Amino acid sequence: MPLLQSLKNITLGPFLKRMFGKKHVKIGIYGPPNAGKTTLANRIARDWTGEIMGSASHVPHETRRARSKANVVIENGGASLTLDIIDTPGIATKIDFHEFVEDFGMEADEGRRRAKEATEGVIEAIRWLDHVDGIILVMDCTQDPFTQVNVTILGNLEARRLPVLICANKIDREESSPATLKAAFPQHPVVPVSALTGYNIDNLYSTMVKHFR
Amino acid sequence: MKDDNDLLKELQQKAPGVTINLVSADRMGPMTETEKIRFILDEVEDGRILVLERGLTPMEEARLIQATMAEIDTDTFIGIEMQSYGTEPYRNVFQKLILGAPRPRMAVIGPANLLQTVRKDSNQIQAQILTKEGIAVA
Repeated sequence: MPLLQSLKNITLGPFLKRMFGKKHVKIGIYGPPNAGKTTLANRIARDWTGEIMGSASHVPHETRRARSKANVVIENGGASLTLDIIDTPGIATKIDFHEFVEDFGMEADEGRRRAKEATEGVIEAIRWLDHVDGIILVMDCTQDPFTQVNVTILGNLEARRLPVLICANKIDREESSPATLKAAFPQHPVVPVSALTGYNIDNLYSTMVKHFR
Repeated sequence: MKDDNDLLKELQQKAPGVTINLVSADRMGPMTETEKIRFILDEVEDGRILVLERGLTPMEEARLIQATMAEIDTDTFIGIEMQSYGTEPYRNVFQKLILGAPRPRMAVIGPANLLQTVRKDSNQIQAQILTKEGIAVA
């Protein structure tokens, strides 16, 4: 039965796309809260369209609805790639409104509202996995890479056979360790960047063009 | 005849503590995705920690996260703590053909207000059980 299922799952579409390349792709920016997803989305959008996608904040779950930017054209070494970028809410397995109140000084009602919206954002982010052609998984390389969210997202992408590029973000921080992240996920391309300062961002763009095309 | 839940309640009254259920692969195996998620959420929302001999596939984990988010109540249920090792790697192409989809490895899932991960790498999960009396490291 598994052999039959494997044969059933083989379709010509992905094969042809791999053979001839794909110039217009829908790319989701995923990751846990506060990894720098919106900062990266803003960096890409500003560099190639002159506009930003949304506000970033040190308070977790700032992005609670997915936002998209269509037709972002990235050029690199004579090749180009047109992206629809989806900046998704951070994926988490728990959301406690007390954190917003105690750690960030919000009123209880505001904290509860933010928590409720954040739960809806997580559901929406996972739903978007069905509609993207590839993923930039943003990880904070000052943190332990083996979080459940990272493991679950990567497992999903591998099961769906979606191309993934890991963005090892926050390398401007002294405590960052992109090498740890590369060692943790050797099967995927890992590009260390600082979405905040733009450090090594050109390397990310060239890898995106090669990887998602 | 007392059932398991009655016995558990009796024990909890005598010596309050956290219940850990070790769930075999045979118990979870025949369940559909929906049944697995319902079973896990019911147990966790009742305050129990589950150690699954064979955890969930990545797709099932994503569905569990979605279902958890839909059930979060700011006052009574803040979500789950879940840690798994991912799926078993295939040793060769024949194994892939015979086994089909990659099989998940062990997982631990519990209420986020009771279970907290301390450290995790590719072969070890260290977690704390948070109790009113103190912290137990597992």
